[in-house]
Amino acid sequence: MRKVAAIVIGIVAAAVGGAFAQSSTVDEIAKYREALQDGNPAELWEARGEEMWKTPRGPKHVSFASCDLGLGPGVVKGAYAALPRYFADANRVMDLETRLLYCMVNQQGISEADATKVKFGDGSARRSDFEALAAYVASQSRGVAMNVRVDEPHVHDMYQLGEKMFFFRGGTHDFSCATCHGEDGKRIRLQDLPNLTKTEGAQKAYTTWPAYRVSQGELRTFQWRLNDCFRQQRFPELVFGSEASIALTTYLAGRANGADYNGPAIKR
Amino acid sequence: MRMTTIGGAVTTLLLAMGALGALHGCATAPADDAVAARAAASLKSSFAARGQAGLQRLDQDETQKLCSEYANRPLPASVAEKIQQANLATIRYPADGKLVGDWKNGEKIAQSGQGFQFSDGPSLYRFGKLRGFTDETRKYAWGKVYNADAFSACSNMPRFGHSAILTEQQLRDVVALLVDPGSPVNQ
Repeated sequence: MRKVAAIVIGIVAAAVGGAFAQSSTVDEIAKYREALQDGNPAELWEARGEEMWKTPRGPKHVSFASCDLGLGPGVVKGAYAALPRYFADANRVMDLETRLLYCMVNQQGISEADATKVKFGDGSARRSDFEALAAYVASQSRGVAMNVRVDEPHVHDMYQLGEKMFFFRGGTHDFSCATCHGEDGKRIRLQDLPNLTKTEGAQKAYTTWPAYRVSQGELRTFQWRLNDCFRQQRFPELVFGSEASIALTTYLAGRANGADYNGPAIKR
Repeated sequence: MRMTTIGGAVTTLLLAMGALGALHGCATAPADDAVAARAAASLKSSFAARGQAGLQRLDQDETQKLCSEYANRPLPASVAEKIQQANLATIRYPADGKLVGDWKNGEKIAQSGQGFQFSDGPSLYRFGKLRGFTDETRKYAWGKVYNADAFSACSNMPRFGHSAILTEQQLRDVVALLVDPGSPVNQ
């Protein structure tokens, strides 16, 4: 952590220093990220999530050992790399968060309202079970090649819907996802934006979420990532677990197929 | 510090104008319209109004609809022409004819990030100087900031006047940043 602090101070000092070309700032941020990979605080969320996964919860006092993420009850190894997928018991395509919610409600007996009280944490006392559980489950796919079954009819349908939504322009500013993520070299301020219309861009971006966001002191899931993109697009608020959120996740996860999952990562 | 500020303003302004999206891709699948209609309906049921951002923001106007439809395939010239004509018709000039405000305020608007968030459009460096400090340039700059789709269909640049993102005075000030000989953009 001391190394990290020194780098942070270094970056701040350099930025305050003024005469600092943008390209070299980007290089410095890349170095900073690299240095942080060794001590990624996401591990704290992973540990909390693992504990939560194994502990009986809710009125029915049931752990996630009976929760099927697609590879069998309680199996987490490699599960995230194959999500979203179609679940016959729910008769819908689900991403990790919606599947976790399904297990909380249907197996642990927690009401949906209670389960979704904290969808996203605030980096402090308000913590989200989804963020911890997602960190743990995703970590168990590290090194596993993304293999979303886009040929399965229900998944294929969602993928197609997600693709359309990716190019949907609306709101006050006519923005679509593709406005920022459809060309190389785009930035919001100093943040480089991945070109998600290219295979390598989609792979590199998708396989790093969930991720620990340094600036927010919080572990963020892909549901959060989409929610915050739409906020910046000046759209209304994306509903947690909504069809659009699943469709877009399916589209982007499917486009990442073949690449090794490499999260939870750490981001600025 | 001065240089940093000016550099920042110019960079931010570059972001403002946005580029014409690179349009390429393949032909439409027969069921494409059906998927688009389902996607639009699905979006409607997937969002909740929050604060100033109501669900009506998901109601596409004709320009948004066409630009989404052709987002990843070539935009036919006839469609581009139709979009530009429709948007040209929306441009309103100030009643008092005053198109140019204060570039210093324009710089602040550009720096504020309001509607100017993403990067790397065509260079605006010397916008006025290159085009000449004429009435024609001022009128073009006003129209372009007011509704960029009038000049390049499906531009990535938001329609700052048409969509009421900026007020009339803010538009004047941003136009000034582009066309005032004293603006840092034209140095």
